[in-house]
Amino acid sequence: MNPLLLKGVLPYGEGDPVDVLVRDGVIAEIGAIDADDVETIDGNGAVLLPGFVDLHTHLREPGREDTETIETGSKAAALGGYTAVFAMANTDPVADNAVIVEHVWRRGREVGLVDVHPIGAVTVGLKGEKLAELGTMAKSAAGVRVFSDDGHCVHDPLIMRRALEYSKALDVVVAQHAEEPRLTVGAQAHEGEQAARLGLQGWPAAAEESIVARDCLLALHAEARLHICHVSTTGTADVLKWAKARGTKVSAEVTPHHLLLTDDRLSTYDPVNKVNPPLRATADVQALRRALAEGVIDCVATDHAPHAVQDKDCEWSAARPGMLGLQTALSVVVEAMVKTGLLDWRGVARVMSERPAEIAGLPDQGRPIAVGEPANLVLVDPDATWTVRGAELASVAGNTPFEGMELPGVVTATLLRGRVTAGRIPA
Amino acid sequence: MKHLLSTEGLDRATATSILDTADNLKRALLGREVRKLPTLRGRTVITLFYENSTRTRVSFEIAGKWMSADVINVSAGGSSVSKGESLRDTALTLAAAGADCVIVRHPASGAAHRLAGWLAQAGTSVVNAGDGMHEHPTQALLDAATLRERLGSIEGRRIAIVGDVLHSRVVRSNVHLLSALGADVVLVAPPTLLPVGVQNWPVTVSHELDAELPSLDAVMLLRVQAERMHGGFFPSAREYSIAYGLNENRLGLMPEHAVVLHPGPMLRGMEIASAVADSPRAAITDQVRNGVHLRMAVLYHLLAHEEETS
Repeated sequence: MNPLLLKGVLPYGEGDPVDVLVRDGVIAEIGAIDADDVETIDGNGAVLLPGFVDLHTHLREPGREDTETIETGSKAAALGGYTAVFAMANTDPVADNAVIVEHVWRRGREVGLVDVHPIGAVTVGLKGEKLAELGTMAKSAAGVRVFSDDGHCVHDPLIMRRALEYSKALDVVVAQHAEEPRLTVGAQAHEGEQAARLGLQGWPAAAEESIVARDCLLALHAEARLHICHVSTTGTADVLKWAKARGTKVSAEVTPHHLLLTDDRLSTYDPVNKVNPPLRATADVQALRRALAEGVIDCVATDHAPHAVQDKDCEWSAARPGMLGLQTALSVVVEAMVKTGLLDWRGVARVMSERPAEIAGLPDQGRPIAVGEPANLVLVDPDATWTVRGAELASVAGNTPFEGMELPGVVTATLLRGRVTAGRIPA
Repeated sequence: MKHLLSTEGLDRATATSILDTADNLKRALLGREVRKLPTLRGRTVITLFYENSTRTRVSFEIAGKWMSADVINVSAGGSSVSKGESLRDTALTLAAAGADCVIVRHPASGAAHRLAGWLAQAGTSVVNAGDGMHEHPTQALLDAATLRERLGSIEGRRIAIVGDVLHSRVVRSNVHLLSALGADVVLVAPPTLLPVGVQNWPVTVSHELDAELPSLDAVMLLRVQAERMHGGFFPSAREYSIAYGLNENRLGLMPEHAVVLHPGPMLRGMEIASAVADSPRAAITDQVRNGVHLRMAVLYHLLAHEEETS
């Protein structure tokens, strides 16, 4: 692979522009570099960050290739600045065995635009009844490091306890979709003023918070690690703060959409705004932003969830929950966290790259921008803005709630081990 | 007015104008041998019902026919709907076939709003005949017409709505409309049948029916559906009836002039005693009668009114 020179970039958005030379997949030199014979990307003062890591995507392959494939999802990820993504297990067939996770892992490698790490199911068929073969998946070629029944809650406390205990021997983490199923039967929207007005069955915050509290207690008891998917309420942030203070090995993610959008958007009944957990109230959005800034919530994960037109352009209750996220995540984080002064670019690197890489145990992602480190990098133009158009995104599906919104922050290039995977390939 | 999707946002002037039209139509038809007006001749009105309904569907059908519209009834059981066709495709099909107005009832809240969006290009009017737990605007309008007829006015009147507020589309439409018309609304229900967020509605909330009765001008009872009885929302039908059922004793606690409404169908002996339902204080059959004129007025405002004023 030819060396590549990034001219005039600001690592972490700090200091004066420097040049970064990438060779053999690693950062070879940082400073004032003049090299005429090397392919060059003119950074023009762009912010250089470690490549993003997404702990939560739905790439829909195998099973729903009409909405997304590992190839199109990888393209979207690279364009969004990601160098590693985790693909949830709720495919068809379910990724609850080594054959499926190895298939996903291999397809990711063939496409080669982003490291695709399959997430294994915690229970067979996501049914919550019997542990899947976690060990076999962890030791497969895919080397599964994260397990989740996402889309479903591992609601049986005994099964959850066993999963947490068992995971310790494998040095893997169980990621919980926290939703007490009995409290959310038929739930359609955040239980509050909007749902009451619109006649939509409520999804109470307590249905999330009670499971998070329970699982934090179980994780502490089992001395196991626990990751909480898509935190959406003020109360969950409070529970996490409390659990962390007690020494619980718990980490948590928040989605970009829960950092920016509220249930005020539901008045149109357009299911593009339907997602699980649902869009919450303004106070929740503010609390989630604070929790992310303070590190109570560790990272941002997209919960990228492509859906076919017919599953979204229908009546609210018939629509599938979920929204695209990979290509809009950075811009939403800039809008919600950077523009508001809650995070600087170092903070963005922490929540988008470093912490998720640590949580999943990826040795070559989320690394410092320093000589000798892997060249998994993203270049961001902080001053540029763009207008989101679902049809122009790389995903097969186009269900973005940010349609038509003008957002700040544009990914100008993504490098995976020194190779440009998105952005202008230098001439 | 292009559509009637909700009473939320319906201003007092528009609502009053619909009620006045209904009154005028009622008077115009009074004592006529042939109850038919030519107003909507040549117009096609389709009722599209995804839920069982007798009174609402029949009421709309009669309203359309008395206005000389061609009324076609489509029900979820006897059409391509049962073959799994989407609501959107069904709506576009009906519009393409020439519907001027689609009257829709659907179990999903917001279904009528979505339909109006899909049919915007075709120019078809949509009337919400009940969408999930959201709204049932013509029911609220016919309730208002009945209250106005019985009480003479709505402004300043104290009206209680009793029962399953949480799941009721009738309540949501009535709260918006009655507040817009200046009434003082009290919702009476056990806490399990009130939505979280009801504190922000322009109403008073009470759990004690007896305490409210002496100050009421009207009480509106809601049907308690069987699935709520089994859903753990209250311990038993008997306990519900004891606490919230309108019996003769309770009727006696209300002022002489106060009226009793029920959107139907009634569960006699449960939320309403037979003696109350059949008493002259009850306006339940008036509601049904007024429903036809009110729906005629709605069709008039949607399909005929615009042409005359523009």
